[in-house]
Amino acid sequence: MKKYINIIGLEIHIEPNTKSKMFCSCPQNHFGAKPNSQTCPICLGLPGALPFANKEAINKTIKLGLALGCEISKICKFYRKHYFYPDLPKSYQISQKDNPFCVGGSLMGKKINHIHLEEDAGKLLHRGKESLIDFNRSGCALIEIVTEPVFNTVSEVLSFVKELQLIARYLDISNADMEKGTMRLEANISLRPTSGVGSDSPEVDDLPDYKVELKNINSFKFLEKALVAEIDRQAKALDNGQELKQETRGYDEKTKTTFSQRIKTDSDDYRYFPEPDIPPINSTEYIVHSTKIPELPEQKRKRFAEEYKLSKDYVEILISDLTRADYFEQAVKLAPDLTKSIADLMINKNMDNEYPEPAGLVAKLYALSHMQYAGNDETENATKQVLSENPDIITSYKNGKGQVVGFLIGQVQKKLKGNGNPKEISVKLLEILRR
Amino acid sequence: MNIPLTIKETQDGLKSKKFSAVELVDAYLAQIKKYNSEYNIFLTVTEELAYAKAKEIDRGDKTSHLAGVIVSYKDIFLTKGVRTTAGSKILESYIPPYSATSVSRIEAAGAIPIGKLNCDAFAHGSSGENSDFGVTKNPWNKEYVSGGSSSGSGAVLSANMSLISTGTDTCGSIRLPANYNYAVSLKPTYGAVSRYGVIAMASSLDTVGPLGRTVDDVETVFNVIKGVDGLDGTVTNSKFVTHNAKFRIGIPKEFLVGGIDKEIEKNIQDVINTLKSENVEFVDVSLPTTKYGISTYYIIQPAEVSSNLGRYDGIRYGNDRNSFGEEAKRRIMLGSYVLSAGYYDAFYEKAMKVRTKIISEVDEVFDKVDALIAPVAPTPAFKIGEKADDPLTMYLTDIYAATANLCGIPSIAIPSGFSKNELPLGFQLMAGRFNEDILFKLGKMYETKTNYKPKTAF
Repeated sequence: MKKYINIIGLEIHIEPNTKSKMFCSCPQNHFGAKPNSQTCPICLGLPGALPFANKEAINKTIKLGLALGCEISKICKFYRKHYFYPDLPKSYQISQKDNPFCVGGSLMGKKINHIHLEEDAGKLLHRGKESLIDFNRSGCALIEIVTEPVFNTVSEVLSFVKELQLIARYLDISNADMEKGTMRLEANISLRPTSGVGSDSPEVDDLPDYKVELKNINSFKFLEKALVAEIDRQAKALDNGQELKQETRGYDEKTKTTFSQRIKTDSDDYRYFPEPDIPPINSTEYIVHSTKIPELPEQKRKRFAEEYKLSKDYVEILISDLTRADYFEQAVKLAPDLTKSIADLMINKNMDNEYPEPAGLVAKLYALSHMQYAGNDETENATKQVLSENPDIITSYKNGKGQVVGFLIGQVQKKLKGNGNPKEISVKLLEILRR
Repeated sequence: MNIPLTIKETQDGLKSKKFSAVELVDAYLAQIKKYNSEYNIFLTVTEELAYAKAKEIDRGDKTSHLAGVIVSYKDIFLTKGVRTTAGSKILESYIPPYSATSVSRIEAAGAIPIGKLNCDAFAHGSSGENSDFGVTKNPWNKEYVSGGSSSGSGAVLSANMSLISTGTDTCGSIRLPANYNYAVSLKPTYGAVSRYGVIAMASSLDTVGPLGRTVDDVETVFNVIKGVDGLDGTVTNSKFVTHNAKFRIGIPKEFLVGGIDKEIEKNIQDVINTLKSENVEFVDVSLPTTKYGISTYYIIQPAEVSSNLGRYDGIRYGNDRNSFGEEAKRRIMLGSYVLSAGYYDAFYEKAMKVRTKIISEVDEVFDKVDALIAPVAPTPAFKIGEKADDPLTMYLTDIYAATANLCGIPSIAIPSGFSKNELPLGFQLMAGRFNEDILFKLGKMYETKTNYKPKTAF
């Protein structure tokens, strides 16, 4: 009999793969860069510096919002969020409040509150009594997705975050890598007692009067462990009649428990006001460019299952990497009868690693299955066609560039839908080239 | 040599080899050495830089717009490699690694930089008495203030230590020093000139503008510094309006009410009569919500000031926050208060709403008239220390200034005579956004009609 319902809400930060930071032209990608090697007056908060909004970052935010079914705000504003901390050079973070880019939306049936865009702070490194500040990350663009407190199980949270990561990759807005810090997660957890014996649907509608914020989680594995540990801790405390504090906690892998980092009694007063240095943004011009949302993971899943009649597991492996999914579809186009074999070779033997061109893999398949190669005439015609389509290559060959033969073999194979005998193609090519 | 008083005189002299740029620098530096310690106009003099640039001009091209023009900058303009203090002990040894856009543009146009000018600390003030480095004395009478916050920028012209200068205007801070020093100045349209590299005071009110001795000179510098630079997101428009028809000027009845000095009242009337004789039409207009301008300003400005001063934490540059002067602390406290949870709606948000009302009222008036005329201040320059004890009295000097900053409209301050105490008098003309052309044309009309000649105190 369950005694408590878990109430979990998520705040997910994604570092978009823009060329530049959010408000200056320093590089956005700071992974592995020497400390303070990617800074300028703007992201250092020097006197006189002004922010200039990165259009690419706005585009990617709106793209994500459209993909998640959000409403894109017509007029969007940046706000100043004030607090003092050594890694925040202006003593305010430029973020959003009342007019975020995206409002509402949902993913896997879980409601999203909003998506907003902001800048990151620098990084502090503590060394004994010293604290060093690296401003490479200061001013980097960050997309923040805030969900409603609608998660009740750890597996729901994990599925959601994994799907969001996949969508970010499909949209090419970020690699959303937890280990590299391009996706960061915060979970707000509280427990609510269920009502009555044998019932697991609560009668009370209000949220509990506290929530614990779990921060600094940098992998899916730790996320799962941290959530489980925290839920356990809260349940035990409530069982013992203890009151739970509003606080921020981190996860300790050694003790496999969460520990307190900061007690939050009141909510902070950030003295928000609209950022005067950045005029309000009319999202209409961005939506025009962003409405081409590519096929999303869920659509691809359904389509792969229906069109190719593959198992759920196979589908999941293929669609979790866009490059492999595309490769698979190209190979299948060349040899529709060999769909299952192509999938097997890719998934069980990773053969797409050996054959950069799908046509190559298909050719290998034909060879393995001893199927009939294309006929002599067919091969000759295909060879002649390819050569007539690439006159410059002939000149290159005659000028001593022997390696073009490899390219030409690939092209002929493509025309023969992977059905060509590689030896025969090579012979025919050289015959004509040497004339 | 007699230091030339206008850009044209300077450039004619250089081209005809009447004098060289190096000789100009000699003359200016002599003037500075003679009077600066008494009048406290320059905080930093860049002698080496001036000579280096002068030699370049003498060797080469004298045709760029500001070739050979001696320039000095209010000390809140960042100048790469040259100390920039903002008039505050917080930055007393700060050397910036980059220059403001306006500085780069002025120097790319051939100007010779001679130094950084004293100002109220962080531009907080309208007399110059809030500088952490002592007040700038008025060259016309050293017992009097030079106006502020760009106090050095006005005084440098009447002391004949620079040909042009730069300043910032958040609530009259370019116009007032010009007015107290017998100089011309322009507060441009908000969004006409990049603020990049200028230490921010109140971001939605700050403007960057030139001071000079004639309308022509101010217009020349404005044309050099204006326009998009890809660094200030509020500068998006470079389309300025040209005006060719007959002019009509509005006299706001709320501006000429009791409290205004009798001499100034008479002087403004003389200006009106002069322009009338040039076929300019004058009509009475009313701007009822402008009476809320000062309260609105004194909520919005400190709020933005408190935010902009947050970065001075002494970690990456400058001294720590104990070095803030009294006025800075006052504004930080007031600003934080009006932005705080529970008070934001009643103060900051309310003030922004009133501001919107003021803007639409003023915009409507510009449908009927081309410009508005007003005094720059209710009194001529006052004695040092006379008003400094009471912050409230000082705030009243902001009445005539606030409208232009709240509405983002341009205003030009023009000299129009002297008081019986031999202190400069002047007036201002305001126009709709991006209508600087109207101000330049009216200003030149006035100068021509009155046979205006630039004057310096010594």
